[in-house]
Amino acid sequence: MDTLLQQVVNAISLGAIYSLFALGYSLVFSILGVLNLAHSAIFMSGAFFGVLAVNQLGTPLWLAFILAMVGAGLLSVTLEFVAFRPLRRRNAPRIAQLISSIGAAILIVNIGQLIFLQQFGRTEAYFPRELVSLDPIIIESLSIRIAPIRMIIVVVSLLLTILMQYLVGRTQIGQHMRAVAFNQQTAALLGINVSRIFVFAFFLAGVFGGAAGMFYGVVFLNVTPFIGEDVALIGLTAIVLGGMGSIQGAVLGGYLVAGLQVISVVLGGSSYRNAVVFLLLFAILLVRPQGLLGQSESTRA
Amino acid sequence: MALLEVDNLHTSYGAIKALRGVSFQLSEGQVISLIGANGAGKTTILNTLSGLLRPTGGRIMFKGQDITGWRADRVAKLGLVQVPEGRQVIATMSVQENLSVGAHLRRDDLADTELERIFSRFPRLSERRMQKAGLLSGGEQQMLVVGRALMMQPELLMLDEPSMGLAPLLVNEVFGIIADIKALGIPILLVEQNARKALQVADYVYVLERGLIVKAGSANDLRKDPQILSAYLG
Repeated sequence: MDTLLQQVVNAISLGAIYSLFALGYSLVFSILGVLNLAHSAIFMSGAFFGVLAVNQLGTPLWLAFILAMVGAGLLSVTLEFVAFRPLRRRNAPRIAQLISSIGAAILIVNIGQLIFLQQFGRTEAYFPRELVSLDPIIIESLSIRIAPIRMIIVVVSLLLTILMQYLVGRTQIGQHMRAVAFNQQTAALLGINVSRIFVFAFFLAGVFGGAAGMFYGVVFLNVTPFIGEDVALIGLTAIVLGGMGSIQGAVLGGYLVAGLQVISVVLGGSSYRNAVVFLLLFAILLVRPQGLLGQSESTRA
Repeated sequence: MALLEVDNLHTSYGAIKALRGVSFQLSEGQVISLIGANGAGKTTILNTLSGLLRPTGGRIMFKGQDITGWRADRVAKLGLVQVPEGRQVIATMSVQENLSVGAHLRRDDLADTELERIFSRFPRLSERRMQKAGLLSGGEQQMLVVGRALMMQPELLMLDEPSMGLAPLLVNEVFGIIADIKALGIPILLVEQNARKALQVADYVYVLERGLIVKAGSANDLRKDPQILSAYLG
């Protein structure tokens, strides 16, 4: 029982990271209509910018976090300009954009490898252990230990999620994003600069993906150019589970996938956790392809 | 000087020439109608004027500015507002949000006043203001997109087939709305299949055939024209 409660605590902080990642993924999908498979590389870049800021520039954690978000956001915008916009201008089919995003992911990971080698001498770097106080918060009555950084992650993740919800639901630019997501031509006729909305959406998605990557690095301490692979399938499963293009769906999906992973680790050992995620993805696609909070294709207008 | 001057406009879809040199003018306060058979190029004209399509030749002047080849959002910002064919409400937004989504283009700060005016003009939209626009009937959606365009404070309103697919009673209502907008002094460029109705509301009419204007005249004259009578008014 003790370990179960402890695992729930772990699942929540992991879920916070996954949901941040899935939010950005989902946002770009809803605007673009295409999965941006380079989003996992953006995730990696967040961790990378963070570890670079802390180790090479000696910045405090909060500043590294902001640099990671902005850096990943700008990289994400670069993706829009290099990997997506030229294809859209040519009315390329969506599959071409999807493949372009895979290429961009490989390119970013390779560039990451080069810079890691140049900066750290190997394709691996570590956040210093003493970065955040390691004294865990111990709740005696429930006999659980919570690392303070995990609390920070959950709180910041919730704040960012609320910010996203507010931006998309309550502001003019959010309204314009929803109009563009619905139909680009209609949005343009309403005086909305569609290209600008694309740039904004990619930036926002990058900020969220970068924040998730930075948190992931801080929790597991080590950062490699390949950590995006850890979350690529998870993010996809989270947004498919929650409902493609739905903010609440992405968040819910992130937490559910994290919960499932932790349960599978408790029951069967960590080597099965990605297999379980894949089985879940497969099952959703069969049983409820529109996801938990998504609308079915036929009612989506 | 005319509000809108279209000079020798050419537009192509790949190798297919949809417009082959269209010229016409529209002045302040005027309602102009483009009539013609399916595929004559009526919608292509509107889509080219609004910037959804790029012309391959010719010139478009609006409010004295050369807007040829401008992006659609810039054209809309200048006050040339298109209500596209097939209504195109944003189904995922509420009725009220659909109305307000274009209000950022207003140059005055009377968006709330306009919104209330639209709701009192279209009481059925007012009753459903919090409903998702995708749930409205075809007639209600048509009122919604016209209202949405009015929220953008248009200096010229382009309506593409506003009566298409509507029951006869609703067609009359839509043309009543067009007459109201005209009475507000907002000029209108109307594309219609329903030539009889178009001739009733328009001041001046251009007849299109295969990408060319083949006839032009005041609505009064064209109503009596035997060719028009047989071809479009059956």
